[in-house]
Amino acid sequence: MVSIAPAARRRTIATIALVGLVTLLALGSLGTGPVKLSPLTVLDALFSGSSDVHQIIVREIRLPRAILALAIGAILGLSGAALQGLLRNPLASPSLFGAPQSAAFGAVLMISLGWADVRSWALPVAGITMAFLSVFVLLGIAGRNAGLLLLILAGLAISSLAGAATALVMNLSPNPFAALEIAFWLLGSLEDRSFRHVTLALPFIVAGAIILMSQRSAFRALSLGEETAQSLGVHVSRLRLLVILGVALGVGGAVAVTGTIGFIGLIAPHLMRPIIGHDPARLLIPSALTGSALLLAADIAVRLIPSTTDIKVGVLTSIIGVPFFLYLIMRERRALGGGVA
Amino acid sequence: MSDQALLTASHLSVTLSGREVLHDVSLSLHRRHLVALVGPNGAGKTTLLRALAGLQSSTGAIHVAGHTLASLSLRERAKRFGYLPQGHVVHWPLDVKDVVALGRYPHGATDPARLTSSDKAAVERAMLATDVVAFADRRVTELSGGERSRVALARVLAVEAPIVLADEPTASLDPRYQIDVMKNLRDVADSGVLVIVVTHDLGLAARFADTVLVMSDGRLAAQGAPQQALSDDIVADVFRISTYRAEHRNETIILPWAGV
Repeated sequence: MVSIAPAARRRTIATIALVGLVTLLALGSLGTGPVKLSPLTVLDALFSGSSDVHQIIVREIRLPRAILALAIGAILGLSGAALQGLLRNPLASPSLFGAPQSAAFGAVLMISLGWADVRSWALPVAGITMAFLSVFVLLGIAGRNAGLLLLILAGLAISSLAGAATALVMNLSPNPFAALEIAFWLLGSLEDRSFRHVTLALPFIVAGAIILMSQRSAFRALSLGEETAQSLGVHVSRLRLLVILGVALGVGGAVAVTGTIGFIGLIAPHLMRPIIGHDPARLLIPSALTGSALLLAADIAVRLIPSTTDIKVGVLTSIIGVPFFLYLIMRERRALGGGVA
Repeated sequence: MSDQALLTASHLSVTLSGREVLHDVSLSLHRRHLVALVGPNGAGKTTLLRALAGLQSSTGAIHVAGHTLASLSLRERAKRFGYLPQGHVVHWPLDVKDVVALGRYPHGATDPARLTSSDKAAVERAMLATDVVAFADRRVTELSGGERSRVALARVLAVEAPIVLADEPTASLDPRYQIDVMKNLRDVADSGVLVIVVTHDLGLAARFADTVLVMSDGRLAAQGAPQQALSDDIVADVFRISTYRAEHRNETIILPWAGV
């Protein structure tokens, strides 16, 4: 048999390098802001017991932001890789099933009702609930044994409905300030997030990640198509349900505390394929790490770009992500025409 | 045929969106047999194959080596049936050896990078039998249609299941590969496996199969040795054709000749 060592070693090295990159970016994120701190100062403030202003800046103000960027980037990258594996389509991303859009609608509804100010938990809870709801509706429309085309169409309908509902809420908002707040919230940001946000989002993100990771080997079998995967012992309809549930949990929780941050789930697996290969199971962890790195980097960038108004991180990821998406469509059009599908 | 049947189906029926596509099919098949499943388009060949593998829900009873199919978990079924669907789809450009290694999935080897020695040996045997060792490290999407179909067959053989179900494994192959694939399957059957092959090629069926099942309109129109099951009367009745028949090196040739 041919040795598999070189490919395996390359994957291991790539994964370790990604962990290093994410660590560096996390330190960078903790050091970036109105008060610039060196990585050593950051480490000192993180781990030393002494109480000073640096410690408050790093631990209280910047740590929640860095943790959220890390976790949300990871779950977006993981969700993207999982959905691309499930749908066997490199253009799939979490927004395909309408969960982020629905979560955003739930949160926007809370902002508009004025509940977000008095009870800050209302936002995440509404977001997660709507993400759940969208998935249940999706499954209701598509049925348990539905084909992928039906799922994609149902997801499209649901995301359009969520977008329309969000527009309606903004349309009906009682005053321009509320509409402005909603508009800014929708742009997606990690600014001024506290440990309260972390504790609200993280359990859902972790639960979603565990569910998605537990299905990793099934994605590999699914490379041969649903029928063959089933003949190999994969419970395909259950797999589909679990993936959608995992994505809804993770992405719903994430969107609710940050607004919509797009395209990380689409880009991350693509950046990894030339290095890791196309095996959808092996792509999961590197895609999660890449998602973390992308969101941490974007969140550092929005603090470094000189501008009079803060640039929202969701805007930056979209500005970079949309041209990338177009590039992918053009590239895949040729590749898919060549028989990969 | 005195040994106990490996796969039996009694009164199997399948209804798809209100139409009965499989009607009261009963059969009893043995190991070491290559069974050709023939019939006009839409006769229900693929449906029967899928029903036998448990991939299509059906009424009636299916027994595999003493177990009812319904009592077997998905994974237990997967260990007993190697299923080769039409088309040999691989959605990602995976390495050939990783695709073949997926045949070990029912046995718990879900990661091609971490195969046990017995899994590795099974993968190796399957790749040798189908002559795909030369491109083990190539991406499956880079292969020609004939090479890809051999890889698909290798993946099925790697399961080392007692039953192999192959849905038109010779479709879209050039004559040489059609013969190669049938010879492969004949060897697999001779090694003690029950092989069921859906094919439109009556010549290949007559030459390589021990048993031929002829389907027509969801029913089993005939079953038996090729000479009987593919008799002039049955072929004329089911396929609406006449055939040219001959012997060549002690093997039967059946050539579709004209419509009747």
